[in-house]
Amino acid sequence: MSAIPTYATERLACWDKAKELRQRYYQRYRDIKDKGGIRWAGGAWSLGAVPAGLGRDVACLTSEPYGASIAFDRAFSMKCMEAVERHGFARDLCSYMRNYWGSVLLDRYAFGGKFPKPDFLWQDHICCSHSKWYQVVSDLEGGIPYYCTDVAVGPAHEIDDNKIEYVVGQLLDGIEWMEKVTGRTYDDGLLAEACINEFQSTSTWAEICNLNKARPAPLDEKSMYSLYVHGTLEKHSREVADFYAELRDEVADRVARGVGAIEHERCRLISDTQPPWGFLKVFRYLEDFGALSIGSLYTFGLIGLWEDKPDGSWGPRTTPMAAGVDLGSREKVLRAYVEWNLHKPEWQHFYSPHLKSEMMLRICKEWNVDGVMLHYNRGCEGLSLGIAENRLALIEAGYPVLPFEGNMGDEREFDEARTMARMDSFMETLNLQRIG
Amino acid sequence: MITAGIDMGARTIKALVLRDGEPLGKSLVLAGFDTEASAKEALQAALADACVERSDVSRIVATGAGRDDAPDKDATLTDVGCAVRGAARLFPGVRTVIDVGAEEGRAIRCDEAGKVVDFAINEKCAAGSGAFTEAMARALEVPIEDLGALSLQSTKTIPMNAQCAVFAESEVVSMIHGNVAKPDMARAVHDAIASRIVSMARKVGYSAPVVLVGGVARNVGFVDSLRRGLEVEALSIPEEPEFCSALGAALAAAEGATGGAR
Repeated sequence: MSAIPTYATERLACWDKAKELRQRYYQRYRDIKDKGGIRWAGGAWSLGAVPAGLGRDVACLTSEPYGASIAFDRAFSMKCMEAVERHGFARDLCSYMRNYWGSVLLDRYAFGGKFPKPDFLWQDHICCSHSKWYQVVSDLEGGIPYYCTDVAVGPAHEIDDNKIEYVVGQLLDGIEWMEKVTGRTYDDGLLAEACINEFQSTSTWAEICNLNKARPAPLDEKSMYSLYVHGTLEKHSREVADFYAELRDEVADRVARGVGAIEHERCRLISDTQPPWGFLKVFRYLEDFGALSIGSLYTFGLIGLWEDKPDGSWGPRTTPMAAGVDLGSREKVLRAYVEWNLHKPEWQHFYSPHLKSEMMLRICKEWNVDGVMLHYNRGCEGLSLGIAENRLALIEAGYPVLPFEGNMGDEREFDEARTMARMDSFMETLNLQRIG
Repeated sequence: MITAGIDMGARTIKALVLRDGEPLGKSLVLAGFDTEASAKEALQAALADACVERSDVSRIVATGAGRDDAPDKDATLTDVGCAVRGAARLFPGVRTVIDVGAEEGRAIRCDEAGKVVDFAINEKCAAGSGAFTEAMARALEVPIEDLGALSLQSTKTIPMNAQCAVFAESEVVSMIHGNVAKPDMARAVHDAIASRIVSMARKVGYSAPVVLVGGVARNVGFVDSLRRGLEVEALSIPEEPEFCSALGAALAAAEGATGGAR
């Protein structure tokens, strides 16, 4: 049997900062009205830099990470699920959405106190659930002003000026709408600032994920969840852009010194879709075998923006600033912002599972992946779309795949014992036994 | 070298003793509430059957749902790995192993060397397992050992719509009220289980030769339904299919397997 590799490991220096940043975000959303500020709520994909033009005292609550935060607290999540089902909603709906609605129905904020009602809702149609999510929220809260942008314009390789203008036009209308609803005058300087922050955050996150091509991988996916989350909360904020720059530098340093995420990395996996948030221990379990998940298209491409580099590899997308794009007017900024976001990798598979398979295979190849664990996530119709086709494509390409059933936000649909048993069998397939 | 394999199944515990790769003795006991005691009993009975002492046994590997609770083991391996090892030993060149036990049904694809390439297991569902046949035998008021032969008397295909073993029992009650003949109901039950297994086999991709192991392989009605569902000429079935995983575990012990418990 070959020797088990051993690497130095270290706790991330910015770990505590990551946790604190997240706490502050949720507390700020709750408390900002006491200081005269305003709140909005909407999806993490909802082009959140745009409302930033309303002022520096604008806080947002993004729906999916809030739903995931509740899922992590299984006891509270169960109460939310039951409240939603009592209200008459079906159990097979998006589990983030059910957690969120439950929180509203119970009038309980996962971060303490009553549920903070937003002043307006800013959303986009990325999937069927998102299309209805905030309509229901508005109704539940007695009618909150609601604006929704249609972004279903097709995959990135088919984007043209008309499609960009279609989305930009809606955002321009949305700005006028926000001014009416809030009574505030929109500041284009703040819009530009927020968009630039977002370009930086999302490109830097891709840089960080790119560093995981190294062996040993400096980060494991479970840890990455606590880091990528900031990109789902407020990627348009200076704080997140700065944090990711600091994190990138630290991760680059780990690569330079050969510091790994786990001590005995000998098998690199990727996962897919959101994990079962109440059972993240499955990722730690892999470490018993010297295996780790080094990421996924979900972790890399939900926040990160990517492009083909001159050497043919996949790398962080060049920001509009670095590319010399003119950001000198509201329209120009929005145009760059829309074009940037429509190239989000995680957006592509909504149009065809083959687009996603291509990206997954690319990750497998460039990140030197040995196998794949696919979460057949019943809680998210959007990201599970086409996952069975993805499995076939990966198998055809020669990668061992373990599909496991579960739900990102509803613990009732995850069988921990059976999943662990399947992981045991998968490890045997990969010729891995427990270490020690 | 003498090794042993213990298969800690959901319903029964099987132990098998090998000497230099040849079966020497075996036993099967019901898995009681105290599974450790049942496992000890099974091992002792197998040793007695083999006319050897515990001290003669070099290594023991445990498999099955309760493998972590097996006493006196040197290593554990999963059912998937052991079923394939056992099947490949009995039928060299096997490419597909279907293992149907009391609680789980598994479809496993392996390469020409008998290495596992892909596998599928029923998810939170008893409809592809022995527990389903037991429930249906009760509903039909037929001894479980007679259910298979009864189903072979039927030539009708009556689809069972229920996806779930519990609801299928209700569906059987409806059939009884609809005066469906017992042989036809028995065949419908076996076709339903087989369809779950065939679905898993298609998921991992199957090719001949197909080996069927696990206790449910003794059910001639299920075997017929599975063969028809897979559209193969014949299935390869060991003489004692319930011992295949225990055989695989004992072979793994002889190979020096060192997989550990959680």
